[in-house]
Amino acid sequence: MSLHLQRDLDSLKKEILQLGNMVESSINKALVALSERRPELVEEVLQDEIQIDLQEVSIEESCLKVLALHQPVAVDLRFIVVVLKVNNDLERMGDFAVNVAKRAKELSEQDPIPCPAGFTDVVPQTIRTMVRDSLTALVKFDVDIAREVIHMDDVVDQANRLMYKDLKALMVEDSSTVDRAVSLLSCSRYLERIADLTTNIAEDVIFMVEGEVVRHQSTGL
Amino acid sequence: MSTIEIDIEKSNESNCTNESEMKKVNTIELVNKNLKKRYRAERRFKAYGLVSICFALLCLVVLFTDIISKGHGAFFQTYIQLELNLDEDVLEVNDIQNMKQLASANYQGVIRQSLRTLFPDAKKRHDKRKLYALVSSGASYQLADQIKAQPALVGTTISVFVLADDDVDTWFKSLDDAKPFIGRMSEKQLVWLESLKKSGSLHKKFNTTFFNNGDSREPELAGIKGAMIGSLFTILVTFLLSFTVGISTAIYLEEYAPKNLFTDFIEVNINNLAAVPSIIFGLLGLAIFIGMFGMQRSIPLLGGVVLSLMTLPTIIISSRAAIKAVPPSIRQAALGMGASKMQVILHHVLPLAMPGMLTGTIIGLAQALGETAPLLMIGMVAFVVDVPGALTDPSTALPVQIFLWADSPERAFVERTSAAIMVLLAFLISMNTVAVFLRKRLERRW
Amino acid sequence: MEQSIEKIGPTIGQSLLENPKMSMRNVDVFYGDKQAIYDVNLDIGKNEVLSMIGPSGCGKSTFLRCLNRMNDTIEGCKVTGSFDLEGKNIYHPKMDVVPLRARVGMVFQKPNPFPKTIYDNVAYGPKIHGLVESKTDLDEIVESSLQKAGLWDEVKDRLDQQGTGLSGGQQQRLCIARTIAISPEVILMDEPCSALDPIATSKIENLITELSENYTIAIVTHSMQQAARVSDRTAYFHLGKLVEVNDTQHLFTNPDHELTEAYITGRFG
Repeated sequence: MSLHLQRDLDSLKKEILQLGNMVESSINKALVALSERRPELVEEVLQDEIQIDLQEVSIEESCLKVLALHQPVAVDLRFIVVVLKVNNDLERMGDFAVNVAKRAKELSEQDPIPCPAGFTDVVPQTIRTMVRDSLTALVKFDVDIAREVIHMDDVVDQANRLMYKDLKALMVEDSSTVDRAVSLLSCSRYLERIADLTTNIAEDVIFMVEGEVVRHQSTGL
Repeated sequence: MSTIEIDIEKSNESNCTNESEMKKVNTIELVNKNLKKRYRAERRFKAYGLVSICFALLCLVVLFTDIISKGHGAFFQTYIQLELNLDEDVLEVNDIQNMKQLASANYQGVIRQSLRTLFPDAKKRHDKRKLYALVSSGASYQLADQIKAQPALVGTTISVFVLADDDVDTWFKSLDDAKPFIGRMSEKQLVWLESLKKSGSLHKKFNTTFFNNGDSREPELAGIKGAMIGSLFTILVTFLLSFTVGISTAIYLEEYAPKNLFTDFIEVNINNLAAVPSIIFGLLGLAIFIGMFGMQRSIPLLGGVVLSLMTLPTIIISSRAAIKAVPPSIRQAALGMGASKMQVILHHVLPLAMPGMLTGTIIGLAQALGETAPLLMIGMVAFVVDVPGALTDPSTALPVQIFLWADSPERAFVERTSAAIMVLLAFLISMNTVAVFLRKRLERRW
Repeated sequence: MEQSIEKIGPTIGQSLLENPKMSMRNVDVFYGDKQAIYDVNLDIGKNEVLSMIGPSGCGKSTFLRCLNRMNDTIEGCKVTGSFDLEGKNIYHPKMDVVPLRARVGMVFQKPNPFPKTIYDNVAYGPKIHGLVESKTDLDEIVESSLQKAGLWDEVKDRLDQQGTGLSGGQQQRLCIARTIAISPEVILMDEPCSALDPIATSKIENLITELSENYTIAIVTHSMQQAARVSDRTAYFHLGKLVEVNDTQHLFTNPDHELTEAYITGRFG
């Protein structure tokens, strides 16, 4: 195979993994800022966002370069198409992390309310795993890992429902907490969206490897 | 936060560039060191080539100089200017309209009378014979031709250039040499000749006899017309036979012949034929065409057949090479269009191979033109005086004529032998020039 | 990725069609003792462009040459199997090769116009097959063939010049004009653009697309981009076996056979 193409594809894989790391780190910081009330982390997240945007642009340019210079076909072509979509998804995940961080800042300036357990253990853990595994599946062309990521979405959905129940109970109990509880609800929704985006990534990986479009199917895979 | 790592090789590029640069410098040094030796070897090689060419050219120059110096004289013939009194009584002609009378008139008498008038001191019969010997024996026939063309001249006195004997001719041409030629001439004859020369009666004119007459015992009357026409007829027959048979054979062998033992056998034989000494073909002609088929000896038809056998291998081999040289892409294109095999050959292969075939043919014919040995064997060495009119008239050929003249003792024949060689060489050179010209002109680029 | 012939297995994809123009079954080709093509079954549809790709020495040119019996001219070449042109076996002992080649024309890799004038080049086919009766008819055929080949405007003023004096791309278009002058039904092209520059190549490719409306075209090519641009179906040959035949779009985005994918992504050879 052409050395140039191999080299460019390898470098593209490195870049997308770097972006994945950056986004994962942003999400973690945002969640820690939220659960431990640390507004200084919020600043870091906002700074990281700039870097994430730059990396996204760089990856898109690299993809265009491979398409123009090498005219890839078959699996290589599908890989490039998937990378472009994943690139987009990761950047949106970064945006959601920023949204969570902003809410965290607001909440840190107000009196604390009890934070549902989901925000500190299950959800961050699961989301971190999903991000990491979906990108591993991408660079290793591993369909089994991708399918596991799709299953893990259920865990996040479940945790999300529990957090909703807790916050609803809190709001009913003490109506002065409504503002803060609603902010937390928003964060919960952002996290669910992040998990959905990693599921998209996993579905794209299955398309890339098997050549079949598997989107928009029920979770009965 | 752990990151996922992928192994990607790091290149050691930075270490490599220094090494290759070092290698380059060493190479350049070595190249420069050997350069002088290489140029010297090249110059030596060129010198060898130049020396060889110069040597070959030198030999050529020597050959041509020798032949031309010996032969150029033959193109001019000595004539004696005489006042001839065409007296009807001497001529024994009373009716100038009668061609028969004119043809058999006593022109010799007229000429002899004129000589006696010039040199009255030749009284004795012996002296008179010597006097008459100054003029060629064929002079009277030339005079006859002149009078037959203009019968009205009878009865007048005209000034005529009479053909001199070959001894006179040789003497006159050798006057500038250290030792003028005397030969069989007596003192008295020399005195007469000196007197003729003094009075300006001796002239050298262009030797049309050489080109108009057939062979003769007398050098001054000998010409190569017979030999030339004989050669022409022979070559014509050779061309017609060998070209047609040769081309057809070449086409068959290249296009149609299956690859088996029989075809190999034919090919080996053809290649060997090219190396057979030419005299063998003469023996073949003698044994088979004359002995078995009973063909007549010494005719151009037979000569042509024998020479065509000799030329066939040359034509076949060169034609095959020409056919092989036609690029297969043209054949494929024609076949792909749905042309049949014969159409491919006729429309495409032959036209493209024709220049090569013609060149080979001309070279083969030029070779045949100069062949002597086979013609000797089939009898074209006879002394034939008449110019042949048809393919079945006995004749001789140019190289044979040269061979015959080379045997004669007279000095004048030596001259004429060289002159005939010059004519033959002129033909060969022009034929080869045509071959080269054709090849250059018709060579197609594809 | 070493693959011996035995492991390749049967042809994948859609190698057989309904109502094909040409139909080949169980084709084996031998050069002396060496087998070059193994049991190929393939159909070529009417007015489709079928491209044949594969690494050097995989037998695609050999297979193409069987379709108009050009392999007959090669010593020691043996062809077995059935070749049907609209149902008639072209290798039948009674089948005359000459009219066959008038129905199935060929364009070669290196442009090979005859060393004649441009007019005579195009007129040669109609003349030898007796397709025309008058000079005007011949003029018409020459003009229309050159127009269809996209060459008329460039050469209409110099029809009496040598065909070999044209540029490479023009020569190849002249060869195409020469082939279509006898109105064949199928045109075989053996790497027609490999000796040409990109502009000439693109002109020929456009020509192929136009011609495919009226002719069936089978093209052997080394360039996968060309196969991708020009053909309807693509056949992948490997070591003399037909590995996969599929819709071009399908074969180049998601090939069925792993060997096909390995070849087109450049992962071997």
